[in-house]
Amino acid sequence: MNIIRYQRYPHPDFPVAWDRLANMHEELDRVFESTFGSTVRSLGTLSRWTPAVDVYQDKDQFTVVAEVPGMKKEGLEISLNGDTLTISGERKSEEKEDDQRFRTERFFGRFQRSLTLPSAVNPEKVKASYKDGVLEVVLPKAEEAKPKQIEVSLS
Amino acid sequence: MNIIPKRQSETDHRTRGEQSRQVQYLAPMVDVQSTEEGYVIRAEMPGVDKAGLEITVENGELTILGHRRNLQHPGELIHRESTRQDFRRVYELDPAIDASKISARVDQGLLTLVLPKAERVKPRKISVD
Repeated sequence: MNIIRYQRYPHPDFPVAWDRLANMHEELDRVFESTFGSTVRSLGTLSRWTPAVDVYQDKDQFTVVAEVPGMKKEGLEISLNGDTLTISGERKSEEKEDDQRFRTERFFGRFQRSLTLPSAVNPEKVKASYKDGVLEVVLPKAEEAKPKQIEVSLS
Repeated sequence: MNIIPKRQSETDHRTRGEQSRQVQYLAPMVDVQSTEEGYVIRAEMPGVDKAGLEITVENGELTILGHRRNLQHPGELIHRESTRQDFRRVYELDPAIDASKISARVDQGLLTLVLPKAERVKPRKISVD
């Protein structure tokens, strides 16, 4: 499969080792999730925000679905470079600074996910919608990438 | 700490007709904030709209249940990171909270609960004559 999981590149604010640790942490989360059925989501003390992304395919299009709750439409960016789709954005905290917080699990700040689609898409016809905190991007396949049925007549 | 999350791992027994089945839930990511007026709980529940929310207060416990909207996407799933489980979280409430005044709203999968303290327990300044 051509779809690769987005690997965080070293962030200027974070040393490389920190980033590797964050990736490792995420891997561990995955192991735990598969063992315990993901009833408990990691509090992610080390990893930054990585929204979950699903991809669907039918003969005409790809549908990419990302869970990004609590965003503003304007805070979401979607770009397509060749057959690589990038979803990014920034989420700001709703809290005022002088309020006391005693439990924080949510992530704020920037996120970015990139994925390579298995075949070419038509960049002119990409459509996106955002509802109930779920971003849906529909990418129609390029004509040349669609499966073709060839009729062979027997003579 | 006065709002205490209970039972991180959520398993519920529900009866459907004669059959009893176990329902697995996902704990949403939650921020709890304390203000002078009371508390604000923000829970991330992507795919949950107003109709899918069940919020109850019983025996000093606040239960948040979020049922995901059944989203249908064309074609087959070729890559998956999300889960299909509904959300559930239980909190033990500070007795100072006036349960009748709890308000809730949901916007883009983010549930915001405002839990005001009862008037009698709010801090007040007493001036000396």
